[in-house]
This record gives sequence, C-alpha cells and structure tokens, in this order.
Amino acid sequence: MKAWLFTRRGLIGLGRVALLGIVAVPVHLVLVALTVASFVTTLAGVGLVLAPLVQLLVRAYANLRRRLAREWCGVEIPEPYRPRPDGAWIGRPRRWMWLVRDPATWRDLLWLLGGAPVGAALGGIAVAALLYGVQGIILVPVIIDAATGWYGYGVVWPLDDAADFMLVPPQGVLITVGALYAAPWLLWALARYDFSLLGPTRSTTLALRVDRLTETRTQVVDAQAAELRRIERDLHDGAQARIVALGMSLGMAEDLVTRDPEAAQALIAEAREASGKALAELRLLVRGIHPPVLAERGLTGGLRALALTLPLPVTVEGELPGRPPAPVESAAYFAAAEALANVVKHSGATQAWVSLSYLGGALYLTVGDDGAGGAAPGPGSGLAGVERRLAAFDGSLLVDSPAGGPTVLTMELPCALSSPKISPSSATG
Amino acid sequence: MRVVIAEDLALLRDGLIRLLSAYGFRVVAAVDNGTDLRAALLAHRPEVAVVDVRLPPTFTDEGLRAAIAARAEVPGLPVLVLSQHVEQLYARELLSDRRGGVGYLLKDRVSTVGEFVDAVRRVAAGGTAMDPEVVSQLLARNAGAPTRALTPREREVLGLMAEGRSNAAIAGRLFVTEKAIGKHINNIFAKLDLPPSEDDNRRVLAVLAYLNA
Repeated sequence: MKAWLFTRRGLIGLGRVALLGIVAVPVHLVLVALTVASFVTTLAGVGLVLAPLVQLLVRAYANLRRRLAREWCGVEIPEPYRPRPDGAWIGRPRRWMWLVRDPATWRDLLWLLGGAPVGAALGGIAVAALLYGVQGIILVPVIIDAATGWYGYGVVWPLDDAADFMLVPPQGVLITVGALYAAPWLLWALARYDFSLLGPTRSTTLALRVDRLTETRTQVVDAQAAELRRIERDLHDGAQARIVALGMSLGMAEDLVTRDPEAAQALIAEAREASGKALAELRLLVRGIHPPVLAERGLTGGLRALALTLPLPVTVEGELPGRPPAPVESAAYFAAAEALANVVKHSGATQAWVSLSYLGGALYLTVGDDGAGGAAPGPGSGLAGVERRLAAFDGSLLVDSPAGGPTVLTMELPCALSSPKISPSSATG
Repeated sequence: MRVVIAEDLALLRDGLIRLLSAYGFRVVAAVDNGTDLRAALLAHRPEVAVVDVRLPPTFTDEGLRAAIAARAEVPGLPVLVLSQHVEQLYARELLSDRRGGVGYLLKDRVSTVGEFVDAVRRVAAGGTAMDPEVVSQLLARNAGAPTRALTPREREVLGLMAEGRSNAAIAGRLFVTEKAIGKHINNIFAKLDLPPSEDDNRRVLAVLAYLNA
C-alpha cells in the first residue's frame, strides 16, 4: 500500500513536471515571440492594441502557473501587477504605458524566456531518469549487449558475463525508485524558479503596501474626522447646553434668594438636576472615545467589564504578557465590542466567548458564539466596521461563519507589547 | 464618626472634607494617592473610608485596589468607592468577599447631599450602597429567568433593595407601610428561591449575589 502511494506520488509529480517543463516549452516560445512582436509593432501603431491583448494572455498563463505552484507545491506566489489605472482601455496609450512601466511585465518576459530551458531541463531529467530505470528492470541493456556485443548499464560498463547481467535489474529498481522520489522535488524546483521571477520583488511588495496604506489611511482620516464631528455635536447639544442652563438657573437663584427663597430653592434643585444630566452625557461620550475601564484595566479587563453589560453570558479568557500601544489597544477593544454587538443583534446566540493571545509579534483576538452563523463582512455591516478599525493598524479579520453556526471571528493585530507597568494618563477619576 | 478620604483632585477633596465635616464626621486623614491611602487605612482604622477609584501614581484603579487590599487585611473595613463611571466588574470585585460594609457610587451622587451622607452612614454600619446605575444594569442583565416572574412593584422593591436600602427607607420612598414592603420582600425571596433572612444587610447581599451570578 505504501509502495503504491509512493509510486503514485512519484508518477503524479513526474506527469506534472513533464507537463509544465516540457509540454509548456512551445507555449513559452510562442508567448515570447508574441510579446516581442507586439511591442516592436507599437512603432507602427498596431502594438497599442496588440500589446495589451498579448499581455492579457501572458498574465492569464502566468496566473495559471501561480495557481498551480500553490496547489501542487504549496509555493505561494503573490501577483505583482500594479493596479490598472482608471479608463485604461485597450487601445489607449495609457493602457500601453501602464504595461510598459510595470516591471512585472518585463519579469514575465524574462520568466517566459528562461522557463523554456529550465522547464525542459527539469522535466527532461525527471522523464529520462524514470525511463532509464525502467529500461534496466525489463533487461533492455542485456538485449542490446547481446545484439551489439558492447553495452553497459548503471555502473557496469561493459556487461561481460552472467554476473554483470544479474546486476542490471537491481540497479534498474534503484534508479526507478530514485526517479520516483525525485520527481516531486523537481516539480518543486520548477515552482521555485517560477517564484523567483513571477513573485513580487521587494520594491513591488513595498509599492503594493504603500497603495494599501494610502487607502487605509484615507479611510482612517475620514472615520476620525466623522468621529470628531460627532463628538463636537454631542458636546455642543448636550453637556455644553446643559451647563449653560445650569448657570442660568444658578444666576436666577442668586437673584431670588433673598426675595423669594422658595423659588430660589426650586431653581437650585433644577440646576443640580441639570448638572447630573450633563455628567451622564459626558460619561456616555467618554465611554465612546476611550472607555475608562480600558485605561484602568487594559484589554482583558476592559472586555471583561464590557461582557458583564451584555444580555448574554460572555466569557473572556487570556491575559496578555504586556500592554499594546494605546491606539492599538483601543482599536482592538472597539473591534471586539463591535463584534460582540453583532453577536447580540444578529446571531441569536445563547452564549459567546472572547479569547486573547499574543503570538509572534501579533495580538490575536477571537470572538465566537453559538448562534445561527452566516455572518459576512459586506459593505455597511458591523463586520466591515471591524475590518476598517483593524486595517488602520495593518490588522486583519478572518470570518468563519457557516450557515447554522457557530461563528468564529479571528482578528490579528501586529504590535509590540510594553512591559506590564501601566503608563500614566489624565488625572481624572 | 472617623473617616478617611482619598481623592486626588484638591477641589473635590476639600469639598468632601467640608461636606462630611458639616454632617458630623471627623476626617482623620485625607490623602491623594493609593500608597498613602493604604497606609492611612491600616494606621487609622477609620469607621468608614470614602475613596476615589482613579488615583496617582498610576491613574488607573489604584483606589479600588488599595481599598480591596485593605479589606483583605482588615475584613469588613467599610469602604465607599466613588467614580466618574461605574463598572459592574468593579462592583463585583468589591462585593466578592460578601462581608458588606461596601459602597460603590457615581461621583454625581455626592450632589444629592442627604442621600450621599445616608449612604456613607449605611456603609459605616456594615450595609451596602450600590449606585442605581449598577443596579439597573444588573436588572437588565437578569431580565429573563426567574426575575420575570416578579410584579412591576416587586421589581421596583428588588432594585431599591439591591441599592442597599433598608425596609424602612424603601417603604418611605414608595409611600407604603414597612409591613407591605416586608410582604413584597418575602414574595421576591420565594420567587427567586433565596433563603429568607431577618437581617437587612444579609438580605441585600443575598440579592446582589443572586443578580451578580
């Protein structure tokens, strides 16, 4: 059984490396020729249309190879292409410039060119080794030796007598086994070659990252501006207005205190009430900006306190070995709070759990529930909000929520932890 | 009655000293940080302490921690904790030793002077003073389950009891006789399956433990 699995694995690897290495050679050559021709003919204008078309083909083929490298060898090759600018239709110079300026276009060409000999060599070795091994097993060298009088096999040249003949099949078996063993590795080597030219270079990785950062930064700035506007409005219409009213009541009371003590007393009571309401509004506002318990107890404590206010039992587990930077801590808190609010609103769960851990330079926050599942981060959903909060810090959200539940959200936030010592904040209690 | 005050903002500290002195308390120490608070609590053994949650040097929950630590050394040391915000988590921690003599109120409540002084006295006497906001959160959390079997009046009584008020105080507030309140309380304890008790304080603690579970 094991031998069969080994053979199967070897044969599959062999078939694949032969396909990608040898059979693909004409594809590579044709694409190289087309690429060169399409760019050269740009001088005559035709290439303006032709080059983009050919590149569509090249990229489709390269993407196929990227996919196969992942599926067959587990070699992940990210796409390095720059995002297409708006209005870059085929035939417009902008489309052509986009292709010419992208180094990935030229690396694709180099890959096509080099892929032919590299693939042929790797595929050739794989196929030749197997054929040579099988040849020994079925005694072909013995027959040739008998016919020509001078022939050898493996390490025995020439085959002189019966003892030499006896050595042929065992060597054949050995070489066959070796060939089957090597085939998947040759396929892997080809995938590594693909990776070296099809993957993003350091500068394209950085360029892609800059694009992403620009996008998230814009989102963060917008969200922050909206948040500040909301706070301003809340303060203006709420606490501020109440304190104005309070001042008025007190002023009138001061005026009335000797003439009409009873009315003055009523006004003072009114003022006290207004101060209570102003405080309640400020408390609510502060909770939305930065929950005091988060400052006091850190992430685990803050989430534990939050859990106690929810209408379903929520367990919070995991202590962090230190505290993340305040902005990250706050983002993690609000992301978890939003996730839990989602649980309360949509899942119909009877219980939920939160777990925190810190591993390899990243904070992991998992929120799970036993509800109906089917959660997806569509635009406008609570999960999209979670995603946005995390993205601002290079974090990510993984949603596992099959229909029928359970739902598990995993949030990852790269950050460094400070020592457990607590940093001083504002002096309000 | 000897009292220790811990509050870092001078304005509020002076206000508390003035207020409590006016009502016959003797302020034996007024400190502005957690380290001094613990020392003062252990040195003076006051009849009651009024403590702000957030204090220097860390400006986190220094006051709360100092109070809980002091109560671990002097079991039942009466402490009334004040804060700008209330957290069920903190209420739970304060109540966890089930000894009574604990208060947890929003700072706003100080402005209702009569009730505030009443709460300080109640805590000093080994009773409880929970902020209405804590209690309403607790009741909201327990909206399902056995509390649903309570009548609206019984829920009202349960809430006031959870705040730590005595039968007489509840009766006064709801404009009914103490006897009627006693009857409500018996019904509540029967419906929630709690062991009946004649002692006010023990009853309050039982209710809070029930709601906190």
